[in-house]
Amino acid sequence: MVEPALHAQSHVLELAQPLALDGGQQLGGVRVAYETYGQLDAVRSNAVMIFHALTGDQCVASPHPITGKPGWWVRMVGPGKPIDTDRFFVICANVLGGCYGSTGPASAGPDGEPYAMRFPVITIRDMVRAQVGVLDALGIEQLHAVVGGSMGGMQALSFAANWPERTRAALVIASTARHSAQNIAFHEVGRQAIMADPKWKGGDYYGSGKGPEKGLSVARMAAHITYLSEEGMHEKFGRKLQDRTEKTFGFDADFQVESYLRHQGLSFTDRFDANSYLYITRAMDYFDLAEEHGGRLADAFRASKARFCLVSFDTDWLYPTAESRTIAHALNAAGAPVSFVELSAPFGHDSFLLDVPALDRVIEGFLKQ
Amino acid sequence: MSALRPDLAVIAANVAPGSRVLDIGCGDGALLAALRDGKQVDARGMELDPHDVAECVAKGLSVMQGDADTDLVDYPDAAFDYAILSQTLQTTKRPDKVLDELLRVGRKAFVSFPNFGHWRVRASLLWHGRMPVTRLLPVAWYETPNIHHVTVSDFRDLVAAKHLTVEGAWFLSGDKRISDAAASWRAEHAVFLLSR
Repeated sequence: MVEPALHAQSHVLELAQPLALDGGQQLGGVRVAYETYGQLDAVRSNAVMIFHALTGDQCVASPHPITGKPGWWVRMVGPGKPIDTDRFFVICANVLGGCYGSTGPASAGPDGEPYAMRFPVITIRDMVRAQVGVLDALGIEQLHAVVGGSMGGMQALSFAANWPERTRAALVIASTARHSAQNIAFHEVGRQAIMADPKWKGGDYYGSGKGPEKGLSVARMAAHITYLSEEGMHEKFGRKLQDRTEKTFGFDADFQVESYLRHQGLSFTDRFDANSYLYITRAMDYFDLAEEHGGRLADAFRASKARFCLVSFDTDWLYPTAESRTIAHALNAAGAPVSFVELSAPFGHDSFLLDVPALDRVIEGFLKQ
Repeated sequence: MSALRPDLAVIAANVAPGSRVLDIGCGDGALLAALRDGKQVDARGMELDPHDVAECVAKGLSVMQGDADTDLVDYPDAAFDYAILSQTLQTTKRPDKVLDELLRVGRKAFVSFPNFGHWRVRASLLWHGRMPVTRLLPVAWYETPNIHHVTVSDFRDLVAAKHLTVEGAWFLSGDKRISDAAASWRAEHAVFLLSR
């Protein structure tokens, strides 16, 4: 079925004030690129902010500017869809540190040269700070809801904890309140792959043709494995060979799974900046919501009056159910209205992006209130 | 809204307006929704089945996926005015411990259960020597979720042994009330309101 393209409006906001970062620096001239869908009502109370994941972007339901593919959550956002643009004014911004129009390592610094590794290390809370700037500019005092999966869920949690007056609800999908050692370890493999590529040049590869494509694609390959389930991979690829009937006794991509990962890795380099990948994964690794609030996760939500909903997937081993349960227990201890559900889906961590009808029902029902 | 199951209707009628309620094993949230809409109750739930939890969230209820046997420990003491356990006690691994937990997280507890001392159950065992399959207990012994069969008399004994106070008791056959005296053999359902 071909659907008519959703009317999206693209904007770039330059923040009037420098952003005070968690690392102690002031970052001036910050730009935030964002898209909106639907109409803001007269009292500005129907806005829903969606936060994107690590390699996502603001094109939540509009064609990707580079690949031309449909938006990453087009199945969830649109007229009559679970996040109903006939009812809600949907906002999605590119994160600080990203490479789709918001200020990041590829942006020009004060001297006109790209920041590269001179870009300050940022946190999830810094990303949210930049996006709160968008709400301020739009005159939106309080959101109907914040919604996010994976890194987007971390931003939704950070938003609800640090700007408790500014949302009535938070929907957190396949996420965590802190990065585990295993999460950090996988990210470190990716970063080291990028930095080991001679074309990375200490981050100063801008203007010299292609950057560290090889390193970035290996980083993506390693990460991509963590987004799938073992069962899902086995069903999709098994030990099937790629366009051949015999093993070659060489190091070509004999197996379909190898060919698939190589393709995922390479195509990723067309649409993502390697330094952005370094900075954003670092921000995720630094994320520990309890640590920000004196070590007790429940204390992070003391001031919140929002409703919360946490969703995990049974095949997600990147941010497993126990992580969502921990958050739900902390919210219970803080007396917040919270729902938690583990849904069954075969797609691993990526389930939140894929066809899981139960997720549609949960999101629609939670936002309807 | 569809009519509540008779034992739930009894509970709904006896919950104080504006109170805080935790319904453990809340199913699709029918009771919670009725309490929220009819009595302005702060209604929370716990349910094992993810489909039911999704259904509850879709009704705008705050429901945690969880297991009565293991997950009540995560709630603080006296967090609720009422803890409700309807038609679930007989499916738990340790009903006595669950009862303790109910009266820890709730100041009072509603407990409803099917009475295995009902005369049809007794007759089935007496005449046929078989575990009963009745209107209320429609599942054969090998696949029933009811692993701790309990009668009204058994439950009264447990309550006495734990020195709990019975604040109210309602006995039902279909939606008809049965007297306390006849409850042990004529009640299909029992609803108790307990406190410590």
